Amino acid sequence: MNIIRYIIQKEFKQIFRNKAMLPIIFVLPLIQLIILSNAATFEVKNIKLAFVDNDKTSGSRELVEKFEASSYFNVMGDFPSEKLASKAMLKGNVDVILEIPPYFERQLLKNEKADLSVIINAIDGAAAGVENVYINQIVQQYNKKAQLELLFTNSSGKQLQNIETIPSFWYNETLNYKTFMVPGILVLLVTMVTLFLSGMNIVREKEIGTLEQINVTPIKKHQFIIGKLFPFLVLGMVLLTVGLIISKLLFQIPIVGSLGLMYLYTTIYILVILGMGLFISNFTDTQQQAMFIAWFFMVIFILMSGLFTPIESMPQWAQVLTEFNPIKYFVQVMRMVMLKGAGLSDIYPQVLKTLVFAIAMNALAVMSYKKIS
Amino acid sequence: MKKENVIQVENLTKMFGDFTAVKNISFEVGRGEVFGFLGANGAGKTTAMKMLIGISKPTHGKATVAGYDVLTHAEKVKRNIGYMSQRFSLYNDLTIKENIVFFGGIYGLSSSTIKEKSQTLINELGLHDKANSLVGSLPLGWKQKVAFSVALLHNPKIIFLDEPTGGVDPITRRQFWEMIYREASKGVTIFVTTHYMDEAEYCDRVSIMVAGKIEALDTPKNLKGQFQVDSMNKVFLKLARNIE
Repeated sequence: MNIIRYIIQKEFKQIFRNKAMLPIIFVLPLIQLIILSNAATFEVKNIKLAFVDNDKTSGSRELVEKFEASSYFNVMGDFPSEKLASKAMLKGNVDVILEIPPYFERQLLKNEKADLSVIINAIDGAAAGVENVYINQIVQQYNKKAQLELLFTNSSGKQLQNIETIPSFWYNETLNYKTFMVPGILVLLVTMVTLFLSGMNIVREKEIGTLEQINVTPIKKHQFIIGKLFPFLVLGMVLLTVGLIISKLLFQIPIVGSLGLMYLYTTIYILVILGMGLFISNFTDTQQQAMFIAWFFMVIFILMSGLFTPIESMPQWAQVLTEFNPIKYFVQVMRMVMLKGAGLSDIYPQVLKTLVFAIAMNALAVMSYKKIS
Repeated sequence: MKKENVIQVENLTKMFGDFTAVKNISFEVGRGEVFGFLGANGAGKTTAMKMLIGISKPTHGKATVAGYDVLTHAEKVKRNIGYMSQRFSLYNDLTIKENIVFFGGIYGLSSSTIKEKSQTLINELGLHDKANSLVGSLPLGWKQKVAFSVALLHNPKIIFLDEPTGGVDPITRRQFWEMIYREASKGVTIFVTTHYMDEAEYCDRVSIMVAGKIEALDTPKNLKGQFQVDSMNKVFLKLARNIE
C-alpha cells in the first residue's frame, strides 16, 4: 500500500511540475467545451431559398410569403427558370429551390391537389434532412389554410381533415440543442484527457528509459499500475467537476439527477478508459505510436457514440459494434441522469456493462504489462 | 575457503527470431568481486545483462543471481540487486531528494530509513546545496554518481552497471571508480560493462564478449600475459581482430 503511495506522490509531482502540461490538461478541454457547445448545433438557419414562380398568382405569392416570414429562410428572389436556379445552386448561392408549377392555384382550387417541386442541395445530408422538415412544415401550414379557404368557396360539404400534431418535447422542452450537446461533449473531453494522458504517460517512461529502472525493482505489477492510473482518475474527476460547473453556470444546463450517481458512474467509466490507455501503452514503444492508436479508437468511439448521429439510424452491424463503445454508455448515462434525473435502476444496464468493460480492460492491461520480455 | 559465487551462469542463450544475441555463455562471479563485462557494441553485453537482472527471459540455459534463478524467481533476484543503466535512470523532473524518496519507497524502505539514507547519501556526495534542485539540471557526471548511490539504497548484494561512465570526464570517472571500490570492499559484488580499457584494468576479472560469445575470461594480468601485450586495450583489439 505504501509503495502505491510513493508512486502516486511522484506522478502528481511530475504532473504539477510540468508547467506546459497543466494548462493543456485543464484549460484546453474547457475551451473546447465552450466552443463546441456553442458551435455543434443541429439547427439550420439562413437557408438560401430560390423560387421559380411559374404560376404568378396570389396563391403562389402567398406561399412564397410564408417562406419569407420564416426566420429559417433567406428568400433569394424569383428566378426566371429552374435552369438558372440550378446554376445558382451549383455555385453554392442557393440551398433550396422551390418550383411552383403553372396553374398551381387553379389546380389547388379545382382538384384540391397540386404538386410542388422542391430541390434541396444534399451535399450536407444532415442539413438537407432538417431543411426538408422545415419546408414541409411551411407547406403544410399553407395547405391547411388553402383547404380552409376551399371549404368556404366549395360547398360540396366535404369534411375537412383537421388533424394537427402538437409535439411536446420531454426533458428538453425548448429543444435547446445545448442541453443535448453539452453533457455529450463533456463526456468526450473527460475521455480524451484521461485516455491520452494515461497512454502517453507510461510510454514516455519507456522512451526515457526509467521504465526499465522500475522493472528492475521488485515492485508488483498491480502496485505500479494502480499508482500510475490513480492520479489520472483524480484528474478526470476534477475535469468532470469543472465541466459540470461550466455547464451549469455558462449554459444553464439543468442537472436534474443525482450528482453522486454521476460521479459513481464516471469512476467506473474512467477505469475503462485508463485500462485502455495502459493497454495501448503496453503495445507501443513511442508516444507517437500511442497517440496514433489512441486517436484511432477515439474517432471511432466518438462518431459511433450516438452523440452526433443517432445510433438508431446506423446499419445493423454498426449498431452491434456500438454495444462495445464505452463512450456510448457514458453519453447515455450523462444525458439520462443530468436531463431526466434517472436513478441507479434506470441506468443499471449501462452501469453493469461499463463495469464489465472496466474489469475486462484492466485485466487485459495488467496481463499484457510485462516486467520481463 | 571456497569463494562464494553470487552469480552463476550456465550456457545462457538469448535468441531474437533467428538471430542469436547471446550464445551459450557460462561464467561465475564471486562475492565482492569487481567483474568487468567487456565487448564491442552489439556483442550482446546488454542483452546478457538484462537476462541477469530479470527483465529479459533466457531462451536456453540457466542463471542464478544472488542465489535465485532468474527465470523462476526474477522478483527475488530484483530485491537483491541494484541496476544502473547506460541510459539515464533517474527522473529528470524530480529533485535529487525526490528521486531518493521515490526509489527508496518502491523498494519498500521505511520512511525513517529513507530519510536517514538520503541524508548520508547527500553528505557523501557533497550535494547539500543541490539536494532540492532538479536532477535534469545536474551535469552528467553528478547524475551518474547520484544514480549509482540510488541503486545502492536498498543494500543490494550485487550491483549491475551498464556503461556507467559513458560520456563522463576523466576526473569524475576516477571518482566513480573510487565509489565502486568502496562498495566492493564492503562485500558488494560489482558487475560492470565498459568501453574504457583503462577501466578494465581496475577490474578483478574481465570477460570479453565477441559476437555473442565469451572469448576470454581472466584477470587483466593473465589476459595480458596470454595475449603477450602490455595493455587491456591491445588484448581487446587482438581478440576482436582474431575472431574476425
